[in-house]
Parts: sequence; structure tokens; C-alpha cells
Amino acid sequence: MNTKETINIRITGLGGMGILKGSQVLAEVLFQAGYDVKKAEVHGMSQRGGSVASDIRFGKKILSPMIPEAETDFLLVVAPEEIEIHRGALRPGGHLINAQSFDTVPLPNRKSLNIAMLGALSRHLNIPVEAWQKVILTVFPEKLHAVNLEAFEAGRRLSP
Amino acid sequence: MTEKRLLSGNEAVALGALHAGCARGTGYPGTPSTEILENYTLLGGEAAWAPNEKVAAEVALGVAFAGSRAMVTMKHVGLNVAADVLFTCAYSGIQGALVFVVADDPGLASSQDEQDTRRYGMAAGVPVIEPGDSQESYDFTRLAFTLSARWKIPVILRMTTRVSHTTAIVQPSDKIEAPLSPHFVRDIPGRVMIPGHARIKHRELRAKLREIQEWCETEGPNQIHQGTSSMGIVSCGVASQHAREACPEASLLKLGMTYPLPFKLILGFLKNKTQRFVIEENDPFLVEQIRAEGGDVPWNPEPYRMGELNVERVRRILKGDLTPEPVPARGRPPRLCNACPHGYVFEMLKKHDCIVAGDIGCYTLAALPPLSAMDSQICMGASIGVGLGLRHVLPEAEARRVVSVIGDSTFMHSGLTGVAEMVFNPPPTGHVLIVLDNLTTAMTGQQEHPATGRKLDHTPTTRILIEEVVKAMGVKTVLVLDPVRQLAELESAVMKALQSNDLTVIVARQPCLLAAGRIRSYEKSVPTHS
Repeated sequence: MNTKETINIRITGLGGMGILKGSQVLAEVLFQAGYDVKKAEVHGMSQRGGSVASDIRFGKKILSPMIPEAETDFLLVVAPEEIEIHRGALRPGGHLINAQSFDTVPLPNRKSLNIAMLGALSRHLNIPVEAWQKVILTVFPEKLHAVNLEAFEAGRRLSP
Repeated sequence: MTEKRLLSGNEAVALGALHAGCARGTGYPGTPSTEILENYTLLGGEAAWAPNEKVAAEVALGVAFAGSRAMVTMKHVGLNVAADVLFTCAYSGIQGALVFVVADDPGLASSQDEQDTRRYGMAAGVPVIEPGDSQESYDFTRLAFTLSARWKIPVILRMTTRVSHTTAIVQPSDKIEAPLSPHFVRDIPGRVMIPGHARIKHRELRAKLREIQEWCETEGPNQIHQGTSSMGIVSCGVASQHAREACPEASLLKLGMTYPLPFKLILGFLKNKTQRFVIEENDPFLVEQIRAEGGDVPWNPEPYRMGELNVERVRRILKGDLTPEPVPARGRPPRLCNACPHGYVFEMLKKHDCIVAGDIGCYTLAALPPLSAMDSQICMGASIGVGLGLRHVLPEAEARRVVSVIGDSTFMHSGLTGVAEMVFNPPPTGHVLIVLDNLTTAMTGQQEHPATGRKLDHTPTTRILIEEVVKAMGVKTVLVLDPVRQLAELESAVMKALQSNDLTVIVARQPCLLAAGRIRSYEKSVPTHS
């Protein structure tokens, strides 16, 4: 993992795509791994199909909850049409994890794309896979455990 | 030591209130404040939605008069509705504790204006405390209760969208206060604010504020981050986090209480600084006060009183960069859900070129293209009064096209007095009011209200029927129609009403698509009585 003090991750998509759920899982994993973490999102209108973005910052000590312009290390775009809005947020050399990379990945349910993308992200973060699985089991109701664990694995298998 | 938790600012306020021994929470839903009461209830606190913020604040005041601790939550514009309570309970004071949690929305994520609640604190003479993250949301909520109890004064906890909706780590305290034992102590001169009593209470209020200011100088929730440069920044709330990141080498005084201000502390901090800045969101509230006390701090360029601050914007202020800011790329705007029942009504009103006086809720989205079917939206309940005003003066042909449209929760919040006006002073052409009743407060995330028949926790209570209320108020023609299945009847009823000189209220009732499943499950668990 990057040795820089703060790592910035943005997850973006449209209302109803599980952006807030995905960022909840991520923040919880980072928190349990012992990092300082802040997760900033603006909701309220998100259920009405509008753009939704969540900024997750972690490291030793996090100040501003919003990622400064062009300092995003990992950009996860769940709705392909949102890429252009956020491309400028990515720092030079930052990683784009795009929904289109999952077009041919068999997922048990396309609704778990958010978690599959976290699987892809997890390859870049030095956090044991069990820690992710543990959080997925606590955040989702039991009937959604299998699909989400499977989606996470599918994302993890995607070459980084 | 209790375990650390990952909490949003709103969740942290709820936990802080519970740990402060708050006996009852009241409020009206409004982004970004809504989750406070919902979480407070989930944690086991007693809480209820009120019809509006004024009533919520009055109930909370009664709780505090009884010697208990109370919290009332609202968004910034909600305090306009509750302002009548705020100003005079600042005089009367309270017995237990009373905290107004008010969430501002710099940047207008989901609001009609960017008003700054700190000005209400100063105007009413009520202390204002401002958390900048989740830990402070917890700590400062507890502090607000402590100060309120100590000085027998209401206290405002000013949240902002970013603080309310950012999740961060919170270390709760081990010390948990038990609720107080309420009992009634008669205090007629202290609580009956007739002029003779209020003159005395006003002097008492100003004396309390002087004491609180003195306390704030030495014991207030203020922090100095010593930097290496000779730049000094005075800041508050989440803006101070942006400022520390934007310029780590500057010294920064972070004020936790922004009214009344600790001027000795501020002027002392600024004294040896060669460059001085104030970084705050919304109005130049700190700048004005510090300058009035002789502090040499510059005004920030006007664009920075609009919108949220962030690290880049603070860097621009510190550099004196006056070049135009880059316009952020806008994503897809929110819109009415596909097949939303409201959509049918607006399409019909558009078809007949109606002049639509609108209101606050999801349905305000009907003002946007392609519908463009709403002509005004100002504040909760304004659809009725504005529609009547238009009818009174427009030429008859235009007056007959005016329709007021309001949602069910907004109707219970501020529509009843509008109907009273309609019956009291009807325009010569009469008037038509459509209540879009989707059986929930959809906009803020499906909260209950007095016309749903369920309380905050979705357990049943007496349901107020909007059609019965307006009939009882004297409206002659009252119809209840389903805007999806009875659209043709709804259309002909509106046409007929527009041509008559009578008053007509049409309740267009169909559950919100997003809420329908939940509403059915609530009804199944316990049948509500209508």
C-alpha cells in the first residue's frame, strides 16, 4: 500500500446503486483495521435517482472530510456515465475502478456490483480478506450474505 | 473505557443527548437534521415528530419547564418557524435543560436558502455551539446540555450538512447522566412573559450572557493549534478542519462557541500574527464581530460566503486568489421517481396551463424540465397564501388558472392556517387547493406525520383526516381521488373547480412508491384506525 499519510477513495454512481452501502462497508473495514477514517456524503435527494458520491479518507489522522481536488487515490465508478464528472478528482497515477470492467464478470446479482468493486479495491489495500468478509456479514442481512461474499470474491479475482 | 464507534455527526448528537440524560426529543424532519431523532429513538430515547418546528420547540420547552432535559431538532429554515419560541424562552429561561439542534445547509444540498443560524443565536441572546466533526458532535451535545442546565438558558447546537452527514470515529464518555426527576415549580414572574415580567427577564438574560462569555474566555470549548508560521487563522466548525489541512503551518484558533465570543482570547491570539484570516462557512459572522471589537481581520471575498468551503477554497482565500473558481461538474439532478403519483397531477396541470403555487417536498422537482409545472416555491405552507394573493389581483382569466399544490406532511406543518385564510378571505374567483397525499413525509426519507396515523416509531396513533379537517373549516367542495386510477375524474374536478367561484380542496391520495411496501407492513402489524 501507498506509504503516503492519507489515502483518498471516492465511490460514485446514481441513487439506488448502493453507493452509500458500499462506502459504509469500506469505512467500517478501515475503522476496524485501526485507521482514522472519515466518510463524507451528501444524501437526502439521493433516492430520487440523482448522482451520489461518497468520499472516504483514511490514515493516521484525517482532517477535512472531503477529498481535495485531484488527490483521489482510488476512484470507484459504479455508473459509467459518472466518470467524466469525477475524472478530474483522480490524482496523477491514481487508480480508476470502473463498472465497465465488470461487464463480463459473472455476478450472482448485478445489484452486488458495489461490493464486487470493493473486492477489486481490496487488492490494493493491505487488509486481510477475512476483515472484509466479517464486515460484509455484519452490514447485510443474512439472506444477502452469499451473494455479497461471492461478488466480493469475483471482484478480488479481477486483475488489478 | 467505552468502545470507540464509527458514527455520523447526527448519530453522535443522538448518542450525546442520550448520555446527557435527555428525557425527550422533539422535532420536524428536515435534511440534514432528520436522522438525529430517528437514531435517538433507536438508541432507546423517547422522541416524537411534531406537526412543525414551533410546536416541537414548545413541547421541548414544556419538558424543560418541568425540570427535565429536552432536545428539539430541525433544519435551519425550521428555526424560522420556531423563532417565536426561541426569542421569548431566552428571556424566561428553563428549569431542566433545553437544546435546539439546528442543522444549516451551506451549499444548499437540499434546501431553499443558505441562512446562517448563528445570527439567530445573537438576535435572540442564545449561546451557539458548533461542532466540526462527529467526536465534537457527541462532546458538544453534552456540553450544550451542561451549559443549558447551569445557566438555565436554551442553547443552540449548530450543525451543518457536512458535519451531520460525515461519519467518523467517536469515543463516547464513560460518564452517563441519569434523567432528572421532573417536578413542577411554580414561577409566574419567570414564565409568564407579560411586559412587567419580561423587562426584568431581559436584564437577567444579558447578565447570563456576560457570565457565559467570561466562562468561554477561559473554560470554553476553544482550541489553539500552534503553528510554525506567523499566520493566524480564527475558525469554527468543519471549516477549521479544511483550514488545518490547507495550511498546517499556520496557528489556528478553533472556536467551539460562536456566540457569545471570547474576544480577549481572540484578540490575544491575533496580536502577534502578521497575517490574519477568519475561515468560516456562510455569513461573515465571526469577521463582523471581531472587527467590531477592533480585531484587524480582513473580509473574505463575497463568493466564499456562498456554498460549502473545502481545502481548495480555503487555500484560495489564504492566497488572496481572486480568479474565478472552477465550476464543479454537476452530476445528474434528482427527479421525480418513474410513475410517481405526483407526476400525473403535474402533467394534468401543465396540460391546462395552470399557474401553480407550489410548496416544499419531493413534488417541488416538478418545477424542473421537462415538467416545468410549478411557478413558485418559497417556504413550508406558502402554496396556499401565495395562490390566494395571485387570485386576489390577477385579471380574472389568469386568476382562474391559479392552483395551490401542497403535500400531506407540509399541509399538517403549515397548511392549516392557509386554509383558514382561504375560508376567511376567499378571492372573488374562489380557489382550488390540491393536497398531494402520499401518506408519508417522502422528501426527508418517509417519516410519519399527524395525517398518517402513526408515530415516529411507526406505532399507531389517531389519524387526522385532511378531508375532514378542511370540511370542518368551511370548505364546501372536498374530494378525495386517486391520481393514478381516477386521473380523468381528478382532471374534470379541477376543470369544474377552476370555472366556479367556490373553494375546492382535492386530496389526491396514493401512497409514495418508495414507501408503499413499508406502509403496508406497518398496517399489517397493527391496523390503524382512520
